[in-house]
Amino acid sequence: MSDTFDDLRDLYQEVILDHGRKPRHAHRLEAFDATAKGDNPMCGDRVQVWVKYAPDRTIADTGFEARGCAISVASADLMAETVKGRTTADTRALFAAFREMAKTGSCPSCDPALAEPMERLAPLSGVHEYPSRVKCATLPWHALVAAMDGTTEASSE
Amino acid sequence: MNDATAAVFDVNRIRSDFPILSQTIRGKKLVFLDSAASAQKPRAVIDAMCHAMETQYANVHRGLHWMSERTTDAYESARDAVVALMNAADRREIVFVRNSTEAINLVAHSYGRGILKPGQAVLISHMEHHSNIIPWQLLRDQHGIELRVAPITDAGELDMTAFEALLEDGKVGLVAITHMSNVLGTVTPAERIVAIAHAHGAKVLFDGSQAIVHRPVDVQALGCDFYAWTGHKLYGPTGIGVLWARRELLEAMPPFLGGGEMISSVTFEKSTWAEVPHKFEAGTPAIIEGIGLKAAIDYVRSIGYDAMAAHEASLTEHALARLSAVEGLRILGSAQDRGGVVSFSLDKAHAHDVATLMDRQGIAVRAGHHCAEPLMRRFGLESTARASFGIYTTHAEIDFLADTLTRVREFFT
Repeated sequence: MSDTFDDLRDLYQEVILDHGRKPRHAHRLEAFDATAKGDNPMCGDRVQVWVKYAPDRTIADTGFEARGCAISVASADLMAETVKGRTTADTRALFAAFREMAKTGSCPSCDPALAEPMERLAPLSGVHEYPSRVKCATLPWHALVAAMDGTTEASSE
Repeated sequence: MNDATAAVFDVNRIRSDFPILSQTIRGKKLVFLDSAASAQKPRAVIDAMCHAMETQYANVHRGLHWMSERTTDAYESARDAVVALMNAADRREIVFVRNSTEAINLVAHSYGRGILKPGQAVLISHMEHHSNIIPWQLLRDQHGIELRVAPITDAGELDMTAFEALLEDGKVGLVAITHMSNVLGTVTPAERIVAIAHAHGAKVLFDGSQAIVHRPVDVQALGCDFYAWTGHKLYGPTGIGVLWARRELLEAMPPFLGGGEMISSVTFEKSTWAEVPHKFEAGTPAIIEGIGLKAAIDYVRSIGYDAMAAHEASLTEHALARLSAVEGLRILGSAQDRGGVVSFSLDKAHAHDVATLMDRQGIAVRAGHHCAEPLMRRFGLESTARASFGIYTTHAEIDFLADTLTRVREFFT
C-alpha cells in the first residue's frame, strides 16, 4: 500500500475499501417483496436494490447490484448490513440520519437509538469533504427507500 | 494557413502565459489534464477582456457615440479573426453563438425545420457528444426527420463502408458528425466524409469543438457546409462560440432566435430580417467574450498550429506509451489519427475513485460518461477517466499521471 494517498484515508477507510472490493450483499435476491433502481445521471452510477420482508414487516434481507465506485458499492453493502431486522419506518429514520452525516460529517441531532447503526455507517462520513461524492454514498439508500415506497426508480437528489 | 510557426516550442514560456498554472491544489502543484472540457486562459485573453471593460465598453451596433463605435470595432474584429482562423470566404459566414451546442441547435432549428423536409434523414455517428445527438432527436420527434447513426469500429474509427451505405438511398439531407471525438481522440476523415456526403446530395456539419484546438481548420479546403466550435476550449472565454456556414445556406435559412439586433424593420404586421450573419444574432451579444475570443485566436496563431500540433502529438504518443504500460489499464480506442485526448479505465478502480485520488495529488482529470453515453455503451462501459492535453501540458505531467495511476491501482488492490 502506497503512502501517497495517506490523506485520503478519511474517505477511503479500510472498511470502505474492504466492502468496495468484496461486498457481502452484492447479489439479486431469489425471492423478494420489492425492488427499485437508483440512477445518478450525472456520473452514470446505477444500483438496483432488492428487499425481502419478514412476516412482521421488518427487513429480512437486502441485496443489490451496483455499477459504480468503491464508495457507492461499500455504502450499498453497509446499508444492507445495517437495515437488516429494522422496520421500514426505522430504516427511513436511519437514512435521514445517514444523509445528514454524509453531507456534514456528523449528525448531532440524531436519535440516540440510532447510535449503533450510525457507528457502523460512520466510515462513510468522510464523503462530506467531497461534495461531488456524497451522492455516491446516498444513491443505494434512495433506491432502497424507493423500493419500500413501491416505486421502481430513484434518482440521487 | 499562414500561421507563423514558432522557431522553438518552449512549453515553459507557454506555461508562464497562463496565470492559473502557478496555483497549488491542497498544497500540490496543479496538473491540469482536463483541457478538453475547458482550457485555461492565457494572460492575453484575461487582459483583453479586463481592458475592454475598463476602457471601452458600451453596447454594440446601435450607439452613435464614441464608446459604442470603439466597442463595435473591437467586437467585429473578432469576426475577422475567426475568418482568418478558419479561412472562411466571407465574414458574413461567421455567426457568433454561445457555444457549439447552440451552434448545432441553430442548424437543427433553422436548417432542420426550415430546409429539410419530413421524411429526409440526418446522419450522425456513434461517437457523438450529446450536443450532436439531442438536437437531432428533437428534430426527429418534432419535424418527422429520420435519425441515422453510423457505426464505429473497435478501434474507435468511423466505419466508412457502413457510413456510405447509410447515404445510398439519397434520403440523408445532412450529415452531422464530430471532427474529433472528445472521448476517443479520434480525428474523423473530414475530406472523405464531405466527398461521400456531397456525392449523395447531403450537406455536412462538423462538430469541431475538439478538432479546432488541435489542428488548423480550413473550411474551404474541407469543403463542408457547417462548422461549429466553441471559444472556451481554444483558450478563450466561455459564452462565445462560432457557427461557420456557407453564406447561401445562411441566407436561405429562417432565423433561429427573434429579437433585437436580428431585424431590418419591425411592424406589428410584419418584420424583415437583418442581413446575415446578424439575422442569427438576436439580442445583445457576448461583447466582452468576443473580444476575449479574438485575443485567444491571436494568441493561438502567434504560437502557430504546426507547433501546437507537434507538441500535442508528442504528448499523446508519450501518454499512450506510458499509460498502456500501467497494469490493468485499458485505453479506449486506437485510432490512427488522433488528438490529445486519452480515455481509460482501470480494472481495480472505478473512474470516480481514480479522479478523486488524482485530485488529491493535484491532478485534474475528468471522470464519467463525458456526455457521450451511447459511445460508452458501445465499449461496454458506464464511465471512464479521461486525460486531455493542452499547449501547456508537459511530458513530466504525463509521467506523473502514469506513476500516480500505478499507485491508484495498488491502493485499490
